[in-house]
Amino acid sequence: MYVYDEFDRAFLAERVSEFRDQVGRRLSGELSEEEFKPLRLMNGVYLQLHAYMLRVCIPYGTLSSLQMRALASVARRYDRGYGHFTTRQNIQFNWIKLSELPDAMAELAEAGIHGIQTSGNCIRNTTTDPWAGATPEELEDPRLYAEIIRQWSTLHPEFTYLPRKFKIAITAAKHDRAAIRVHDIGLRLHEKNGERGFEVIVGGGLGRTPFVGKTIRDFLPKEHLLSYLEAILRVYNSGGRRDNIYKARIKIQVHEIGTEEFSRRVEEEWAEIRDGALRLDDVAFATIRDRFITPDFETLEDRPAALTAALAADPAFARWHANAVTAHKVPGHAIVTLSLKPVGKPPGDATADQMDGVADLADEFAYGEIRVAHEQNLTFPHVRQKDLPALWRRLDALGLATPNVGLISDIIACPGLDYCSLANARSIPLAQRLTERFADEARIADIGRMHINISGCINACGHHHVGHIGILGVEKRDQEFYQVTLGGKGNHKARLGELIGPAVSETEVVDVVERIVDTYLDLREGPQETFIAAVQRLGLDPFKERAYAAR
Amino acid sequence: MTSPLQQKLKITGPTAITANRLADGVVVWFTRAHGWSLDIADAAVATTAEDALALLNAANADEINAVGAYAARVSIENGRAQPFNLRERIRVGGPTIPFEAAA
Repeated sequence: MYVYDEFDRAFLAERVSEFRDQVGRRLSGELSEEEFKPLRLMNGVYLQLHAYMLRVCIPYGTLSSLQMRALASVARRYDRGYGHFTTRQNIQFNWIKLSELPDAMAELAEAGIHGIQTSGNCIRNTTTDPWAGATPEELEDPRLYAEIIRQWSTLHPEFTYLPRKFKIAITAAKHDRAAIRVHDIGLRLHEKNGERGFEVIVGGGLGRTPFVGKTIRDFLPKEHLLSYLEAILRVYNSGGRRDNIYKARIKIQVHEIGTEEFSRRVEEEWAEIRDGALRLDDVAFATIRDRFITPDFETLEDRPAALTAALAADPAFARWHANAVTAHKVPGHAIVTLSLKPVGKPPGDATADQMDGVADLADEFAYGEIRVAHEQNLTFPHVRQKDLPALWRRLDALGLATPNVGLISDIIACPGLDYCSLANARSIPLAQRLTERFADEARIADIGRMHINISGCINACGHHHVGHIGILGVEKRDQEFYQVTLGGKGNHKARLGELIGPAVSETEVVDVVERIVDTYLDLREGPQETFIAAVQRLGLDPFKERAYAAR
Repeated sequence: MTSPLQQKLKITGPTAITANRLADGVVVWFTRAHGWSLDIADAAVATTAEDALALLNAANADEINAVGAYAARVSIENGRAQPFNLRERIRVGGPTIPFEAAA
């Protein structure tokens, strides 16, 4: 965990006080909506279909148990008892009253969290691997760099009014669990000739014009991280389009001028500033590294006898362990994913009681640390293996031990038309019906790795373009229809899914998905061939034929 | 630039003006008395674009009580307004999924 200093705490308190004054002036009529809207957006406050929505930033997806309890308290006192974890490792509260927002924000600020820069045309939360600091696959903990970016980008005076919002993701592991190739900037830490630096990927993004990002630099020495980001942002800020909101993201600029020209402009800008104040030296890295508290891991052995015995004795525990538990870099420890996708429930939602329960379990079993994953699940990054049986029983009691992580019912879905003022169709009820159709644990384990992503509109908050099966809600004559894409991937081999044909009605779409899955089961070379591998080998045609066969 | 007073509004049937209440975002409907009601059945219904635009302008003039006013097609059942499409049905009836709130 990163420990905020007095500067951070004072800044948050001042910001809450400022917002309280702004809300007061809006409610009294002193500020018009036109004047107030940009102010509330800067604090993460949207107006949705039924109420205000507060989006709270969870920097690089890391939460302490104390912060999770603060979120639970806000859910209980100011909302309707639940919150929705998002694909950008944040949380949204759907029922906040404007008049109570300052009090809610003050509570969050006490725990060091806020909604600043979760909206507006600025640099948003830098996201990263939920297994950061725990997985043996990583070169080092990428949160150090995410925190450096957070400090640089927070209230950056030059980048507060960009042409459009701007999202950065970073990974330091072989497997990309942060979807870096579909972000405005993706950073991959790697090693070259014994030195550490970043592959810099620019211009990825989903929405109405999806692109996989382009690498503009294979290796950027890490001391130049901020100056290079600054150069990219300057090129975007000065050259990105402001005439058309739909063409204002950096991906359009990169696409229109070409990767080579974009890269040339960045390098030219960078040459001017690379050795200036933004150059990071060892002292700068050490200062921030020192504020991260690493758990005092116990010396333990892998596969303790208690775990082996529990695995042999309880098939349900063994099934969960095989699905939700992953290797840790410290012997005797494990990474545990908490599924927020129970059958029939809204993906990514957690009740206040669940949040409090997770906080208690984090303290008891996980060194007090919690992560939010972009798949809308939670993670305990550091759990003692010997505690896994007891943890599983407690998670199961909270409804957080569904063994479906990475499987077909681990659906990513946006809030859709049930909440969102931009949506054309509902996402959550469709996700619920799909999880009910694919509720059988043995069946979904047989289907294997599968990502279904659902977006309720073209803005693609459910990342449907990178779903193995992507579902996009559209509206036709006041009816909900859904387009289906196949073959998308959000990982280190990111690719966009391809549309299989005409949109299908709300009543047909679950059957269509099931026929696609059945086609895979019939045609795969064996259980070792994943769905996505089968789609790549076979192409769309066999899936398309069967998907529409019954119509 | 077109003045708001000269703006045109196209309607495709009976139309009411809806918005969100400023203090809490609750869905409200503009009434014939130029106030706001939580009940769509109280909404003033326009059948011409001119009437709808006049209602919308009156609604937008109220900066204190409601925010984001717009014209929404409604159905008329037994002489009273009802939501016309799924979006408005959800705005009136709430999310179509059960709340996850803790007991």
